[in-house]
Order: sequence, then structure tokens, then C-alpha cells
Amino acid sequence: MDIGKIDQIIDKHQSEASLLIQILLDIQHDNNWLPKEALIRVGEKLDVPMSRIQHITTFYKHFSLSPKGKHEIQVCVGTACHVRGAERILDTVHEVTGVGPGETDPDLNFSVETVSCLGCCAMGPVIVVDGELHGNVEQAETAEVLQEIKQAEMKAALKDLKQAEKSEVLKLCACQ
Amino acid sequence: MSRIKSTAELEALRKEILAQRDPDKPCITLCSGSACNATGSGKVAAALELEIEKQGVTTEVVSRRTGCHGFCEQGPIVVIYPQGICYLKVQPEDIAEIISETIKKKKIVERLLYVDPNTGETATLEEDIPFYKYQKRLVLGSNRKIDPKSLEDYLAVEGYQAIAKVLFEMTPEQVVGEVKDSKLRGRGGAGFPSGLKWDFARKAPGDQKYVVVNCDEGDPGAYMDRSVMEGNPFAVLEGLMIGAYAIGANEGYIYVRQEYPLAVANLTVAIEKAEEYGLLGKNILGSGFDFTIKVHRGAGAFICGEETSLLNSLEGKAGEPNARPPFPAIRGLWSKPTNINNVETWANIPMIINKGAAFFSAIGTESSKGTKIFSLVGKVNNTGLVEVPMGASLRDIIFKIGGGVPGDKKFKAVQTGGPSGGCLPDNLLDTKVDFDELSQAGAMMGSGGMIVMDEDTCLVDIARYFLAFLSDESCGKCTPCREGIRQMLKILTNMTKGLAKEGDIDLLFELAEATKGSSMCALGKTAPNPVLSTLKHFREEYEAHINEKRCPSLSCKELIAFHIEPEKCKGCGACFRKCPAEAIEGGKKRIHVVVQEKCTKCGGCHEACPAAFDAVNILSGVPVPEATPEEARAIG
Repeated sequence: MDIGKIDQIIDKHQSEASLLIQILLDIQHDNNWLPKEALIRVGEKLDVPMSRIQHITTFYKHFSLSPKGKHEIQVCVGTACHVRGAERILDTVHEVTGVGPGETDPDLNFSVETVSCLGCCAMGPVIVVDGELHGNVEQAETAEVLQEIKQAEMKAALKDLKQAEKSEVLKLCACQ
Repeated sequence: MSRIKSTAELEALRKEILAQRDPDKPCITLCSGSACNATGSGKVAAALELEIEKQGVTTEVVSRRTGCHGFCEQGPIVVIYPQGICYLKVQPEDIAEIISETIKKKKIVERLLYVDPNTGETATLEEDIPFYKYQKRLVLGSNRKIDPKSLEDYLAVEGYQAIAKVLFEMTPEQVVGEVKDSKLRGRGGAGFPSGLKWDFARKAPGDQKYVVVNCDEGDPGAYMDRSVMEGNPFAVLEGLMIGAYAIGANEGYIYVRQEYPLAVANLTVAIEKAEEYGLLGKNILGSGFDFTIKVHRGAGAFICGEETSLLNSLEGKAGEPNARPPFPAIRGLWSKPTNINNVETWANIPMIINKGAAFFSAIGTESSKGTKIFSLVGKVNNTGLVEVPMGASLRDIIFKIGGGVPGDKKFKAVQTGGPSGGCLPDNLLDTKVDFDELSQAGAMMGSGGMIVMDEDTCLVDIARYFLAFLSDESCGKCTPCREGIRQMLKILTNMTKGLAKEGDIDLLFELAEATKGSSMCALGKTAPNPVLSTLKHFREEYEAHINEKRCPSLSCKELIAFHIEPEKCKGCGACFRKCPAEAIEGGKKRIHVVVQEKCTKCGGCHEACPAAFDAVNILSGVPVPEATPEEARAIG
């Protein structure tokens, strides 16, 4: 992550140590996760020991110390969603993406998280895919939404692969 | 806009705003709370703007995007005033018809009206819908009348009248006295008398004091604070100012969960507007009273709803609790006297000042006054936010307002009070919503989550669910909470997996006692409640799980099996097509069979089997019958 951007965020909060959580939230929001160099920079600028930063980043659920996937899926497992079958939705998400709760796949396509209540209980079970909320979801619908994203990703990957192959071929041609 | 410098200027502005508004002019309000936004309120708003222009009614009609109306399940909601015509589940393509019929021809669009699922009757007006009819919306009521980002709208509904009265006509002691007389109790969970809390903070020695709004609404299944904050942020700001004046604070903090982005956004706009008008900042209304507010976002920790944890989080630390006493009223934020109340509590304050303590204390029961907002969710027909006077019965809320349990299922229990609360069975449905009565029944008012459960919900699993949540959210600082919850969870998980042993119930009681008695903060002290209340009212379910390895609700995955009754199967293939695990063997005109080893128990086959055949059974506590041999599977 760009150091200038981190400094900008810190300056916005007037380098106040009591606003450490707000600063980390903004970095997380901008970058999707908290890289080590960002934490070191925050520590230096605010004069806060790394042990306290570690304490905070591991205490609060919203912070992530590893990169997140391109697509973020949140499955609400609040009580209202639980009694309306959130577990089954979570199973479906796992089946389709191959990613369990709290995990990210090695290709960094999907991150799956469970959340305890998004405050949309009237529409439970609820999932959020890339910031878009889907209410009253059933297993089939969940699978459909995710399959679509998965296929688009696969297509894009295939295109990249083909392009790489093409340039390989071109290189070969040029050599001959 | 220039600053408002006196009450005379405030009243002049209010008059000017009201004079510009014709109460008889049709006003189309569109709910734009989080739930309605999720069902497409944004697209409806765009269509509304476009269609008003297209049909040439710009001068004949006003449109307004408001906060949450409460009937979230039926969103997006459109209400047309002055009549209060209520259209539900409105889509962008419905807007042209609403304008051409209702606005131009004064005709009702029947297909968008509410239909009672029990009687089939339609309701045209908001107040005729049973969901709204039996409510008393003193706090939530303004949500549907105002645009949360418009200070003018708030002024039009008597906004800032209370702070003007307080600053110029009342001493801080009188304000505290009024809140005491109103007998308002904290809406966040514990129900501590708010006036008394204010008095402690006011009398605490110190020049620097703080007031704080707790909007870290972490109870799963409760979202009234979000809706108030999103829909009427000015009321919370005004309440907070009144509290600050009463205890002698000049700085306020609002702690909001980052999971509520719309609440943060609307609140930030509201603070900016109030500052612009001089209703925050220095010398408010020329009274000499200064007050500023900062917003702090939570980063995802349930424990931060506990006041000492919240204050630690505000200071930029991990949200771990401190032992009380000293209470925050004496030693709070940065060790200064601090008064912290929940969103709903603060939102009640302007009304108490405007209408008087006597008005407020006339509503409710002996020990609980005013109204309370509940989020009525789970297995209930009308889900959404419900505001009722204290003393309403659970039965009235669930059956009269909520319309009962959907799909001919039997009501089993209602869970109130979030993870600290308890489950109440049908014989306690006449319990009144009252802080003390709910506690006596073994549940709790809590922040107001009310989750209805039907016969398909396993109460052992619900206890396990809450303990899993709490185990995850326990900060780990004190051993009884950290270990007590973990051990109870282990036993409950074993029960739902059929691994429980005799004596486990006694062990649960023992652990519950220890956790309750020796944890440091309310999270641990109340953590055993879900276990204790379900054990008290549904002990037979626990015994079935332990002794017969049977789940009476047929919901614990490891204790159930799906089986197709050979005599009933018509070989239609519906289950075969639905099964995601390829665990069904079938074929044309052949009896279908579930291969138990492959079955993931998703329940797809049970749902897919046509009701006329009803061939898929869920078994629990009994051995699965041998599969029909291959050669005997042909039908007819």
C-alpha cells in the first residue's frame, strides 16, 4: 500500500493516538486489508507500540491481516437468519466457492465471512455479495448468484491464459 | 444558511418552513432505510423523480425519501399523504401507475395494497394495516415524515423545541428532575433509571464531563437503534444535547457500528447541518451553551455494547471491560464523569421535555414507562419494527401485530433480550413487556430483539447457537466467562451431535452458576441465560437429545436422516433433480432411495417432494429402514 495514502489518512485524523481504530478502519476500507508496512507506519506516526496495534487489529473482527479475495461474501448468521436457515446458506456458499467461513481461496477470488446481524432481520436469511445485499435467499438462488461470479472469473482467467499463450506464440514466431 | 442565534430566530424559521408547506398537497414518501434499500428503494426513487417530471406534476406533488417505516418485510414502502395510502413492495415499474392513478385521478392501485394473509382482506391506509394499527409510534413515528438529511423537515415536526425550552426555561437540575419524574429506564438492556444515571454524572466532581450515545447494537436480531439513527438522527442529537446541558458536558461522542454505513452517513450529514445552523458548536441559540459531537465507528466487537468496553474503544484501545465500580458516571471516558445511554433512550428525551414527564409516565406499567421498540423477526408473518406501550402482552405483539406464525406451523417459543435473554414458551405468552416481568419469566427486555420460533426450531440448538456467539465474542479477559462459556458450548454441541452423556444437564447447571456468579461484566454474567431458560421450559427436548439421541424438532443435522417411503413414492424424480449431493438413486417409474452415506441433509428432497405424495420423511431417534432392493424398485 502506498505510504503517501497512509499518511493522508493519518493526517486526516490529526495524528491522534486515540483515533487509532478510526485510522485503521479507513486503511482497511481503502486497501481491503492491513499490510504490515501500513501498521509499522501508523505506529511510527502515532508513536504507538506495535504490540498495541497488534492487540487492536486482532481484537476487532473487522480488521484483516491477510489479503482478501476479489469478491467478498458475507453470510448473516444472526438469530433471525439462523432460525430461517442461515446454516444451509453457508453450506451452499462453501459448496459453490469452495471457501469456508473466515477463509479466502488461494487465487484470491472469494473471501467468505459470517456476520452476526446486519440489521436486516425482516429479510432473513441475508447474504451480502460485493456490498450488495440479497434478502430472503434460498439455497438455489445463492448458488446461482455465486455461480455467475465464478463463471465470469473463470472466463477472465481463461482469457488471460489465452492472451499469455498468444504472446508466447508471437515470441516464438519472432524468434524464428 | 446563516446561524440561528436565538429562540426567536428558530421559531421564525420554523414558521417560514411550515408556511411554505401545504398540508393538503399530496406527498409521496418512500422508505429508504437499509432494508428497503436492499429491496430496490434506490431504483424506485429514480423512477419516482423521472415520472413526476414526465407526467408534469412537479408543482402538484412533493416527494420525500424517508427513514425506516418499520414494515421491512414488505419493502420498498410508499406512503402517500395526507391520506396515508400505503403501497407495499413497490417496484420502479409501478411508479407511473401510482402517479397517473392515485395522484392524478385519486384512485387506489389495488394490487399494491396490503393483503392480510389470514383473512385475505386488503387495507388501503397505513393505519388500517394490523401491523401498524396496534402500535403506538412515539419514537419511530417521525421516521416516515422526515428526510433524515433535512434539518428543515425535523424543524417541521417540532424539532429543537425541547432544547430551546431546556436552555432558556429550565435549570440543569430541573431537566434531570423531569427525566427522573418520567421514570424513563435505559433502553439498551439493563433498564437502569436514566434520570438517576444523569444525576450521578451531574453530581460527580469535575469540570470536564462527557455524554455518549451507544449505537453499538450488537444483539443479533435487533435493529431498532439502526433505524432510529438512520431515520431520525436529529432527535438523537437533540436528546444528547439536552443530556449534556443537564450533566454539564460540552463534548459528546456517538459510537456506531461500522456495519451500519447508512447510519454513519446520515448521522454525519445531520451533524454537519446542525453545525451549519448553529445548533451545534459555540453559544447555541445565544444561550452561552457550547456543545460539539464526534462520531466514532466500532470495528466489530459485540462486547463494545458494554459501557466500560465502549469507553475503552473510544479511547482507541481494545474494547475490554473494566470492573465496576467506579461507574462511568464517576470515572468514564478519559477518567472523567461520563453519561452513556442507548440510541432509543436518547431519542425519547426531546419528547419527554416537549410533552412533559406526566405524559410519558402515564404510558406503560407501574415499573416500566413509555413505549419500547421491538424487532419482531423470525418465524412470524409480519416482520419488522414494532413500537408498543410497555405492558403490551407478548401474545398481542406476535399474533395481533405480527399476524402469527406462517405456514400452519405451531408457535413454539419467543426469544427476547438477545444473547443475554431467554426463550419463553406458549404458556407464558400473556407475559407483559415490562423490564421486571420479563426478567421474572426468565427472559429479559434487553435491547428489544424478539425472535419468534416455530415447531421446526430446536431449542437445544438455539442455546448452542447463542453460546457459540458468546464464546466468539467473549473478550477473554476473565476466566469464568472465557472458560465457562466454552465448556457449556462443548456440552451443548455434543448434545446436538448425539454425543451427550447422562449427567450433562447437571453439569450445565453447575457451569451456568459459576459463570453467572463470577464473571466480570454483563456478557459473562448473563451468558448462561439462554441455557437456563431453555432448560427451564424445554427440558424434555434436552432429555430427548441425551437419552434417545433424538431431535424432536427434526432440525439437528447429525440426529436426523431423510428417508423416502417406498409405498408413497411415485417416481416423479423431483427429489432426484433437487439433490445437490447426488445422494438419490432413482429413474423413471422407479422407487427413489436416499443413499444415507452421501446425504448432506440439506433438506432439498423434503421440500421438493410434491405435497400430494409427501413421501420424504425426516427420521430421528429411530433406525433408518433398509433400502428397497434394486430389483423391487419398479413402480406399477
